[in-house]
Amino acid sequence: MSNIALRLAWRNLWRYPRRTWLTVGAMIFSNSLLVFSISLQFGSYEMMINNTLQAFTGHIQVQREGYLDDPKMRYVLPDITAMADRLRSSLDSNQIAARAAGFALVSSNDRSYGLQILGVEPEFEPFVSTIPGLIKQGRYLDKDSDEEIVIGSVLARNLKVKLGDEVTFLGSGRDDSFAAGVARVVGIFETGSADLDRSMAQVSLAYFQDAFTMGGSGHSITLRAATIDEVPMLKQRVKTLIAGRDKLVVLDWEVLQPGLKQAIQADMTSAWFMYGVLIILVAFSVLNTQLMSVLERTREFGTMMALGLKPSNLARLVMTETFMMASLGLAIGVFIGYLITAYLSVVGFSYPGMEEMADKFNLPDRMYPNVSLLSLTLGPGIVAIGCLLAAIYPALRLYLLLPIEAMRAV
Amino acid sequence: MSAIHCMQLCKTFKQGDETITGLDHVDISIEVGEFVCLSGPSGSGKTTLLNAIGGLDTHDSVEIHMGNIRIDQLDKGSLADMRLHNIGFVFQAYNLIPVLSAQENVEFVMQMQGIVAHERARHAREILKEVGLEGMEDRRPAQLSGGQQQRVAVARAIVSQPQLVLADEPTANLDSVTASHLMNLFSRLNQHHHITFIIATHDKRVMGYAKRLIKMRDGKIIGDEKQTPVAIEDVADSSG
Repeated sequence: MSNIALRLAWRNLWRYPRRTWLTVGAMIFSNSLLVFSISLQFGSYEMMINNTLQAFTGHIQVQREGYLDDPKMRYVLPDITAMADRLRSSLDSNQIAARAAGFALVSSNDRSYGLQILGVEPEFEPFVSTIPGLIKQGRYLDKDSDEEIVIGSVLARNLKVKLGDEVTFLGSGRDDSFAAGVARVVGIFETGSADLDRSMAQVSLAYFQDAFTMGGSGHSITLRAATIDEVPMLKQRVKTLIAGRDKLVVLDWEVLQPGLKQAIQADMTSAWFMYGVLIILVAFSVLNTQLMSVLERTREFGTMMALGLKPSNLARLVMTETFMMASLGLAIGVFIGYLITAYLSVVGFSYPGMEEMADKFNLPDRMYPNVSLLSLTLGPGIVAIGCLLAAIYPALRLYLLLPIEAMRAV
Repeated sequence: MSAIHCMQLCKTFKQGDETITGLDHVDISIEVGEFVCLSGPSGSGKTTLLNAIGGLDTHDSVEIHMGNIRIDQLDKGSLADMRLHNIGFVFQAYNLIPVLSAQENVEFVMQMQGIVAHERARHAREILKEVGLEGMEDRRPAQLSGGQQQRVAVARAIVSQPQLVLADEPTANLDSVTASHLMNLFSRLNQHHHITFIIATHDKRVMGYAKRLIKMRDGKIIGDEKQTPVAIEDVADSSG
């Protein structure tokens, strides 16, 4: 360092190495913790989004305009199977499936319940939904399924039906005619959500179209992206592909599941409150260190002022010392945080009971922090800014010093 | 031309309910190149007068001129600039920056003056050689004796070739040989560089080096006389 002021600032830090290391240690700890926590937070959000969306909704859906807010039978996508085929071919992806949905009264010999019946493409539905993987008894639908139905475990219990039993359903068709059918229970799924297991049944899309007089139409095409980050690009591509088709809209998960985004935002708010407390504690530690450092060097600052340094030169020296301390804490903290987080982002980690829960809900059994430039720099960057802000007060005190009084300080 | 001209310089201090007079309507004029000693017992106002001339302290009523500049009307920043470029200070307790080496202590002032790195390093080494500290440039203050530290302080004070050096009891912490060596150095700098020296002291040996002796008591000047200083050669030199 050819700059003596920088050398002076650096050496001033190490006049009391234990005190400096304690402060830097607090920064290192908080920065490592923030890198890990924010990476884990981002990773858990991605997992939460994926788990929720892959259960049923998918990342993107193509629907008729207005269907999301008012799901009427007549708001359809005409010739939906061909449209889904074209999307699969154009996007070179199997993670696209057409669906139709209607409400019906489903009856067994003993009981009747109102629920939603979905018509799905059995060969593609497993790529966009976890429900096919959650069949606990029997099997899922296949492409030849006709007059076959899979139902949730709670509904099966309520209807008192078992595999091979027949249920009848009665609803309204697209043209307001009666929609009715008799289907054999070939599979019973258990999602872990009692609501879903009680209120949904699935039949093949062809059977649904026949029973509900849909013609070749359906209500939505569900798409799943490889990662959450690819959703905007995929959405744009789908928009381009369906351009010119009247009254069709492409909706992403934030529109389809607004509650999910709100839940993430709420979690983020509470997490940042905790981070804020951590950052304030570190900032106070810096404030304490620099205030002590300024007070015990009052005599020296007086001498410097007598030699011709202005308070602004001294304030810059204190801010430089703080910047160096913050940079040290940031570099080491981010490095340690990165090592821990990068390792866990590869091998993952779980907590007691997670594997059983994952098995039950057909979800990943390990959590993986998501290391990114943002997760590495966001928290430590705010800590560094907080530390510099904390040093402003000790630096400002130097403007009040008079050389002769300062030189008399003990 | 006057290096320093003070008129009606007053300074009072509050000590509890009591008001103490530090300077009592002091008038003084010091010419460029003079070597002046302020003498007097403790509390006579020597240090207070030095601080006033150096712009380090506030005053009750004063008019202080340094050359053509009226320094009592300068703001804090301008006073700092004036000290940086025109005045060198030597303190009783050396007041070196402990984490900087001898050369860095000397260079630090030059850096603040905006002198480029290679120039200030060269100049600092020259000055340290002149004060007899060649080979000790990299030592920190704690690794130097009292005399050596005071010489670093002198080097720091004169490195930017100030018009004026103010020294407050510069020999108080030095043994007699080292003190003589330091005073020889001051005399040489005064003669060779025409730097004006004002030294506050109550050491009679130091007063012997002065060309002008100002005596103070109770904040007033009670005597002001020219004298013939001792010859530099008269005092044994030592590395101190």
